[in-house]
Amino acid sequence: MGRGMTRKFDIIVVGGGHAGCEAAAVAARMGVSTALVSFTRDSIGAMSCNPAIGGLGKGHLVREVDAFDGLIGRAADAAAIHYRMLNLSKGTAVQGPRVQADRKLYKAAIHRMLDAQDDLTIIEGEVASLILNDSRVSGIRMADDSEIHAEAVILATGTFLNGKLFRGEETVAGGRTGEAASVALGQQIRDAGLPIARLKTGTPPRLDGRTINWAVLPEQPSDDDGWTMSPLSKGRTVPQTFCAVSRTTVETHDIIRGSLDRSPLFSGAIDAQGPRYCPSIEDKIHRFADRDSHQVFLEPEGLATDLVYPNGISTSLPADVQLAFVRTMEGLEQAEILVPGYAVEYDHIDPRALDRSLKVRDLEGLYCAGQINGTTGYEEAAAQGLIAGLGAACAVQGKDAPTLDRGTSYMAVMIDDLVLQGVTEPYRMLTARAEYRLRLRADNASTRLTPIAMEAGCVAPERAEWFGERQRTRGAIVKALNVVYGSEDLAKVGVEVRRDGTRQSLFDWLRFPNISIAALQQMEELEACLQDSAPDLVAEIEEDARYAPYLERQESELRDLRANEQIGLGDDLDYAVIAGLSNEMVERLTTARPDTLAAASRIRGITPAALAAILVHARRRDTRNMAA
Amino acid sequence: MTADDTIFALSSGQPPAAIGIVRISGPQAANALVGLAGNLPEPRVGTLCNITNKVNDELLDQALCLWFPGPNSATGEDLAEIHCHGGRAVIRAIEAALEQMDRLRKAEPGEFTRRAFTHGKMDLAEAEGLSDLLFAETELQRKAAVRNAGGALSRKVDDWQQRILQLSAQIEAELDFSDEEDVAPAQTAVLQQAAQSLVEDMRNLLARPRAEKLRDGIRVVLGGPPNSGKSTLLNALVEREAAIVSDIAGTTRDVIEVPIALGGVPFLFVDTAGVRESGAETIEQIGIDRAHQQFAAADIILWLGEEGQGPSADNLVEISSRSDHPEYRPKGAGSFPLSPVSGKGMDALVDYLVTRAKDILPDADQVSVNARQAERLSVASNSLSAMIGEPDYLILAEHLRMARKALDEITGRASTEDMLDGLFGQFCIGK
Repeated sequence: MGRGMTRKFDIIVVGGGHAGCEAAAVAARMGVSTALVSFTRDSIGAMSCNPAIGGLGKGHLVREVDAFDGLIGRAADAAAIHYRMLNLSKGTAVQGPRVQADRKLYKAAIHRMLDAQDDLTIIEGEVASLILNDSRVSGIRMADDSEIHAEAVILATGTFLNGKLFRGEETVAGGRTGEAASVALGQQIRDAGLPIARLKTGTPPRLDGRTINWAVLPEQPSDDDGWTMSPLSKGRTVPQTFCAVSRTTVETHDIIRGSLDRSPLFSGAIDAQGPRYCPSIEDKIHRFADRDSHQVFLEPEGLATDLVYPNGISTSLPADVQLAFVRTMEGLEQAEILVPGYAVEYDHIDPRALDRSLKVRDLEGLYCAGQINGTTGYEEAAAQGLIAGLGAACAVQGKDAPTLDRGTSYMAVMIDDLVLQGVTEPYRMLTARAEYRLRLRADNASTRLTPIAMEAGCVAPERAEWFGERQRTRGAIVKALNVVYGSEDLAKVGVEVRRDGTRQSLFDWLRFPNISIAALQQMEELEACLQDSAPDLVAEIEEDARYAPYLERQESELRDLRANEQIGLGDDLDYAVIAGLSNEMVERLTTARPDTLAAASRIRGITPAALAAILVHARRRDTRNMAA
Repeated sequence: MTADDTIFALSSGQPPAAIGIVRISGPQAANALVGLAGNLPEPRVGTLCNITNKVNDELLDQALCLWFPGPNSATGEDLAEIHCHGGRAVIRAIEAALEQMDRLRKAEPGEFTRRAFTHGKMDLAEAEGLSDLLFAETELQRKAAVRNAGGALSRKVDDWQQRILQLSAQIEAELDFSDEEDVAPAQTAVLQQAAQSLVEDMRNLLARPRAEKLRDGIRVVLGGPPNSGKSTLLNALVEREAAIVSDIAGTTRDVIEVPIALGGVPFLFVDTAGVRESGAETIEQIGIDRAHQQFAAADIILWLGEEGQGPSADNLVEISSRSDHPEYRPKGAGSFPLSPVSGKGMDALVDYLVTRAKDILPDADQVSVNARQAERLSVASNSLSAMIGEPDYLILAEHLRMARKALDEITGRASTEDMLDGLFGQFCIGK
């Protein structure tokens, strides 16, 4: 492409990280012509931080994106060198599937899927600016002055907006090591009046695995039962490896404490807020001074690389201090650092300026997804990419995007939190954020969401076929479980129950902790349909039965919630004129502009009194509008 | 009816009394006050004014007038108060003058409180305390209402919320960060012990008499066959003609409720239809069914019928009425002989009622809850007690969430972020 050239697509996605890839892929799956623009083709699908995908809350997001036929689950399986189901001893609602992924294999899998996708064009180059007409974005201008026009532009630029690296006394402009920052684009977004704030995050030094004494360290082997991130992945295809655990020592803490004045976090050079759940090692030692040791997980970055990611010692201390403290830990006495750790400070958009499809409310045609919205993590980024891509594609096709609420998905919990509450630290998914988490399990993501995804038109035939088959099997099992049996019948097939004449459906019998579907398989109805049905489906149905009373109670809570979701507040409510709202409430409500009364009730600090006043005001306005 | 209206009402107790306070709230409050007093006093300074009816220039009263421009007023709106003499005629005249003014109307019950609440002048628990205050006509009621409005209940609920949030934080740390360092496994037994102690605290409060008892009064139900003198006794007690008194048996066909304060204690006297076992007309039968319901709901039953023929209840008091009647036959020990007509024996009965009432009413110095609050507290306490013996962290967390939600519905505060604050404050989390 050269000066003066113009191309035209329906949707342009800027940035090829996890958000950008999912956004571009879902739009293309829906048959919308899409351009994915990246500095270099090679950087598309890169895992820029730790080599893990999934985890608690995050594994839910991966499965949900996968249920929409997204990329991240299958790419993770294609690259997984270590599987671990977190919280295995607890209920499935909080179990978190997580893999360590080989960076190279992951990127290769993403490239394979993008290359095979119709309606998707990858364009290499640097984006100079957005093409803005009034308050409408109609495309992008490249650094070589060529233009690409589109109805919607999705910004998924990660930490590139005014990124600044910190390592000890050094600072470098740039989103990541070796890449240029989009200063111009950042300035344009500021000029357009979008609210911008600053956050920071950090990474640990990368170690040379050949210099680690693995033999003295406790190992964490890969789980051996054959689960995968995506149900479409056919088992595990990559050799499995292990992780190891070391610990910081008193000496480590002494070195770090003695060098705090050389850390930009403590010298005042960085004042942006970092994540509380992922503090730098200097933060941990400073804030929890009573602890004399912290765990460090040594995670291999891939099969064909010696890089090891020491999870737990993210730091922005100078390189010489990093080496000194790393070598105070067991197994790392001789370790060499290949890339020192650093902190990065970056701009993000206050997500309260976005609507639920992640579209900028005041700029037609512009969407934002991923770290640019103040989140952290591959999974959070991927989920936002999916939502933004889906929303933009629906807008192009002139149809409504599917409605997801806090009762249907973690993705919606995250979007709701972002657009209503904004962020004060990089936002990470936690199961604690999901009130209805008993319903929102990683193991039932397909059941919850694939029908919605199919309706929206973003599921390829392969998954649609798999899901149809699964639903048929599910229907048969559920039907069999609806048959009523007495305690005597159960005793006959060897199930231990009190013979008190109780008669109930097999589904209800499953509520007893000692009764499983496997134990009931001799029941004639079940026997027929259990043959070669997927074990994960059986486990999912069992879990539904176990938590049934709680699920029913949440169901009635959700009915209330959804009733309040029906009370629209509109986009133009002037909160400043509602008597009785505190200045703080007015500011929060004006920034977030909740679309419904239910949304307003979730904004922090909004009291029932305030809600009553808002409701009265909205009703009065509606009556006036009707009369006018 | 809209919130734009200006409302007024007598906001002090029922006349006659030493003073009466008429409150006016809403956009027309200033005009209304000027209309009555001739001018607008300096804000928040009590000013003696002549209150006149503009229509006929008649002087109604000399009264202390107060002007509170909104939003810095009790309701958050423009608010005027007229502290006038507390005679019925004066108050009626002032209310009538206000009623004649444009865009003014009499307030619905509780409407001042609702406006204060709507304008963010108080949280839900305080609002409920205040609505009780507005109903308060006696000293006891006022004390208890002041406690709730001053936030005693909110403070208690806050304390419980904090304790529950701490428990939640421990469980959530275990659920969300068990793979990350330095989260000591939560001790289920310790958690359950803490839950148990919360349950006990809540049950203690729930076991106390309800706040409504102070507002609604002690229910004293008068029972006995037709023509046994119930209505006469009632009239003597309330010192006014509240029930129809006649010599024809069965005149009081329905239930009559009369609120009255005796010795600073609120009572609600209930006169039932005469209890007859047979021969009742249909309409009277309904009245008799109601009488039986009233006995069941009574705090004290005054039985005027044949000794031992009343409903069997611990709270029944035998009354030998008509001690001045020619056919008078006194009842046994523990009964009260009295003559409502001459007033003989009435003082002893009143003393007895007041003494009994003090055991039944919530202690005015203690926090008490109303029915709505009690219902939410029961949900919270049941959720917490369901934690006992539950090994599943997920279910423990769900019970705690339900408890938090129930308490949030009392004070109206959201809490997921608060819980996360607790979590991150308590644990060093993160790889």
